[in-house]
Amino acid sequence: MVSSMTQTLQLDTLEMRQVYAKTLKELAAADDRVIALEADLSSSMSTGRLKDEIPNQYLNLGIMEANMMGVTAGLSLTGRKPFVHSFGQFVTRRAFDQIFVSLAYAKLNAVLVGSDAGVTAEHNGGTHMTFEDMGLMREVPNAKVYEVSDAVQFAYILRKAYREGGVNYIRTIRKNAVHLYEEGETFEKAKVLTEGKDITIVACGILVAEALKAAEQLKEKGISATVIDMFSIKPLDVETLIASAKQTGAVLTAENHNVNGGLGSAVAEVLGENYPVPLYRIGVREQFGQVGKLDYLKEFYGLTASNIVEHAHKLVQRKK
Amino acid sequence: MVTVTNSLSAFADKIRYYTLKELGHTGFGHYGGSLSIVEVLAVLYGKHINKNVHDPHNPDRDYFVLSKGHGGPALYATLFLKGFISEDVLYSLNQNGTTLPSHPDRNLTPGVEMTTGSLGQGISVAAGIAYSNKLDGRSNYTYCIVGDGELNEGECWEAFQFAGHHRLNHLIVFIDDNKKQLDGPTKDIIDPLDFVEKLKSFGFASCRVDGSSTTAIDEAIEQAKLVTDKPIAIVLDTIKGQGVPYLEQKADNHHIRPNEEDKKALQEAIEQLEQRMKDGE
Repeated sequence: MVSSMTQTLQLDTLEMRQVYAKTLKELAAADDRVIALEADLSSSMSTGRLKDEIPNQYLNLGIMEANMMGVTAGLSLTGRKPFVHSFGQFVTRRAFDQIFVSLAYAKLNAVLVGSDAGVTAEHNGGTHMTFEDMGLMREVPNAKVYEVSDAVQFAYILRKAYREGGVNYIRTIRKNAVHLYEEGETFEKAKVLTEGKDITIVACGILVAEALKAAEQLKEKGISATVIDMFSIKPLDVETLIASAKQTGAVLTAENHNVNGGLGSAVAEVLGENYPVPLYRIGVREQFGQVGKLDYLKEFYGLTASNIVEHAHKLVQRKK
Repeated sequence: MVTVTNSLSAFADKIRYYTLKELGHTGFGHYGGSLSIVEVLAVLYGKHINKNVHDPHNPDRDYFVLSKGHGGPALYATLFLKGFISEDVLYSLNQNGTTLPSHPDRNLTPGVEMTTGSLGQGISVAAGIAYSNKLDGRSNYTYCIVGDGELNEGECWEAFQFAGHHRLNHLIVFIDDNKKQLDGPTKDIIDPLDFVEKLKSFGFASCRVDGSSTTAIDEAIEQAKLVTDKPIAIVLDTIKGQGVPYLEQKADNHHIRPNEEDKKALQEAIEQLEQRMKDGE
């Protein structure tokens, strides 16, 4: 499927925010119970036009995320299907108790979309750079947690969350993602993008592209790597993960997030309990965010193909 | 009118009686803030809330959210008297495995519309319900009780801005102004100043009534239903422990684990209410 992918990594034509607005508009046209909620970040997420296009299915609450979650609960209680967006830290950190009690504990439905994942917050800096949102949301019983890597995947996961109900958290970047999948692709299981025998690299979000680049570079060193796009952090595709760990005997995770709480933790927990192998987690460690350009920030926090290569190499050595 | 008034006041007696019996069975609980909302619950469930025990999910029903979830025991006594739960269940409050937890849970207790107890959240949910029903062109009402202490929470004021902006005239909010929060008098902890004026400035129609008078509360709700362009806030002038003089005078009456003296006084209150209920029959 993706054998030639790594040579041809290009950006999707649609920005992720445009994917969000387009998918919401389609869902809203098909179901008048769908409603989009914003807390004064419509312009940032390309949902501003929905105000005119679907006026009865769009609600901008102003800058009040806690109240937005409560209103979301009220909308769900009356049978509506709310899609809620803000920057990741405002969705999760700021309104966590509201999500926990009024939505999850009350067993109501919401699709929560946190944008500007991790370092892609760039010049909004440390206050806006969230490396802990997936960890927080993973602690919420029965909540589903996704980090999407590609436009086709994002549209699919939005529809999947709409279909399945419950509390869903979808983490995304706002701008163009790398093009990985063709229209019609489904995302019910983790995506094995390359198959190798020496190491498994499990990544999500913008680190999937880095993992694919790393796999190419590792090939030149005689190391063959499996790359898995683990877009669903919870529930985690345990079957695919363990099968791959058995095949390669070493696992490296890579995420634009704190290594504690997110993908790295989820993978470590499953392997630790089921099939321990040498493991390394690439991600942010005991650090806050900061301002900077994307390339600088990726380099600073080690979220790069070259860092993956370095640690993959060490892991393979550890196997011996 | 006299008949309705008498029956609402008699209904309040019953709610208070069963609230005391329920808490007595448990042996501890939020007496103060449960008793201060007995009269408003009597007026709501005795007259205004259109919700059928046999059709509890009808989309045209009136909604009730107890944002001050600590008043759960009084709500449960009311739901028992309205046929939503049995007397056995009523006395299972806070027992292991119960369907009646301290704070209301929509997934556990029939008749409970929304899970509350983390203060400040229920009012946002009520605003969301009222907004949703307004979008659908429904004429049903959403009633919500918030506590005076609860209004320390910023989320309440977010919800008030939202309700005022969207002119949710079928949202009727009661503020249980019993003047005490857990750690002491509200005016000493965070002075509430004038709730009526505050709510007016947030775009509400607002008034203050005697929260121990079912007649006054009923009249305020009737007036509220005439308002067509804004949400309504009815500030209830209440007393923590209302209707049980012994508790009204007790300084620390938020959460009580009765000692022998308390137990005796509470038993006397139960007997007095029982007598009044018999006399009224």
